[in-house]
Amino acid sequence: MLIKKASDIRPSEITPSEVFRDRRRWLQLAAGASALALLPRGLAAAEKFADLNPGAYRIDEKPTPYESVTTYNNFYEFGTDKEDPAKRAGSLRTRPWAVVVDGAVGKPRTFAIEEILKMAPLEERIYRLRCVEAWSMVVPWVGFSLAELLKRVEPTGRAKFVEFTTLLDPTQMPGQRGTVLDWPYREGLRIDEAMHPLTLLTVGLYGEVLPNQNGAPIRIVVPWKYGFKSAKSIVRIRLTETQPETTWNLAGPKEYGFYSNVNPDVDHPRWSQAKERRIGEFFKRPTLPFNGYAEQVAQLYAGMDLQRYF
Amino acid sequence: MRWNQPPLAFVASARLAVFSASLVPLALLVHKGLGDALGANPIEKITRTTGWWTLFFLAVTLAVTPARKLAGWPWLGRLRRMLGLFAFFYGLLHFLTYFVLDQFFDWMSIGKDILKRPYITIGFTAFVLLIPLAATSTDGMIRRLGGKGWRRLHKLVYVIAGAGVLHFAWLVKKDITEPLIFGFAVAALLGWRAVDACSNAARPTPNPTAPLARKRRQASPPGS
Repeated sequence: MLIKKASDIRPSEITPSEVFRDRRRWLQLAAGASALALLPRGLAAAEKFADLNPGAYRIDEKPTPYESVTTYNNFYEFGTDKEDPAKRAGSLRTRPWAVVVDGAVGKPRTFAIEEILKMAPLEERIYRLRCVEAWSMVVPWVGFSLAELLKRVEPTGRAKFVEFTTLLDPTQMPGQRGTVLDWPYREGLRIDEAMHPLTLLTVGLYGEVLPNQNGAPIRIVVPWKYGFKSAKSIVRIRLTETQPETTWNLAGPKEYGFYSNVNPDVDHPRWSQAKERRIGEFFKRPTLPFNGYAEQVAQLYAGMDLQRYF
Repeated sequence: MRWNQPPLAFVASARLAVFSASLVPLALLVHKGLGDALGANPIEKITRTTGWWTLFFLAVTLAVTPARKLAGWPWLGRLRRMLGLFAFFYGLLHFLTYFVLDQFFDWMSIGKDILKRPYITIGFTAFVLLIPLAATSTDGMIRRLGGKGWRRLHKLVYVIAGAGVLHFAWLVKKDITEPLIFGFAVAALLGWRAVDACSNAARPTPNPTAPLARKRRQASPPGS
């Protein structure tokens, strides 16, 4: 191959920077347009939210990189490997989307996702996330307190618990073709836990619309409980008088309690919960009671035997 | 070429090929590690990968004797020691990953794990049992133990393989597909041995050749 020396190249041969920059811009635009065409209409994934309030709940710890938050997920509806959701959640259609809110409420309603997005000012909250598998992250979520939504349906005096149900559709969620869990995924909270301001109805992360693999278009985040308590891709919220059945509790009643509050003193029967590995760090760190939110939530469990109600 | 008795050069190249192929999983792991491609939780990935390959090599080692006898290719037996040592090699990497990268020499925590967590108890036991097998894999050790003693000791590999499968099954949260596949493989390989032993016992052995065969066998690890 013949390689010209710098002195051999006449200035007129060099492509002016405006020309190649312009060409690159065109290629980027074309690539972006074709990618957008594949996405469902409405809010495109990775779209930025215009105005976010910096919420009151922002821990002062370094957020886990976006790449890790969106490629290391437990979302069995798309497969049991951590990498599966990022690879396979493209089949989830997040528009149109509606959430039925019913049960022990004065005004049962079905909310379109567009309505929920405008219901209350969106906040960015930086929370710790502790998985029951003893790893953890720090995630800047976008959303507002679940209480805002629940207030609108006027829970009655019989509403003691709240049940969350994830979408059931094996065509969109290929993991549901297997029987690893009892589909649809269901989770639950006590009403006071659900009404607690920390419990976040979540529609985004890192200032963007929630990526499918993180539970799009709408999920909850309960930062003082193990991650599996925070149901994803929710289609129904039902207020009940009795404690609802929950998926992981059915799968392993001795391993996954209804409460599942983060607790370094109560080990999982098969592994220790005393320490955790923060994703991106080498040394393990001690796990904090209620995942560091004891000040805000410990009083919800005053007088309860947390070894028994794990 | 006669497959039941190929030329020596063929067996030598087969051994070289198996040796190189056995290093590929490690090479890929190192390559991914250097390229920062082990995902969000690299330590977990290394632990899972080395553990998976340990079970794989244990199963393949156990498959040598059935394959040798079913195909009638005695030379396959010459690959067995190397495959068994690779099982130990990946098991050692797996253990070191846990010991150094995951726990970072936290003796207290490791001790508690071994005592309190059944999957670690059984996994650690399996690893410890592998050590005498690796240590007695040399020709010299085989001679010192004698064919019979060596064979008896190396029957431990059946226990180790079973323990390895249980270790895998007990650590997964819910999806036991892979542990089941390994479980079936190991069960089939051990089952074949049971059936083979029964049919051999039923068949009367011509007496005069038996002592001769035993003598010949003492030089190299015989199949069982």
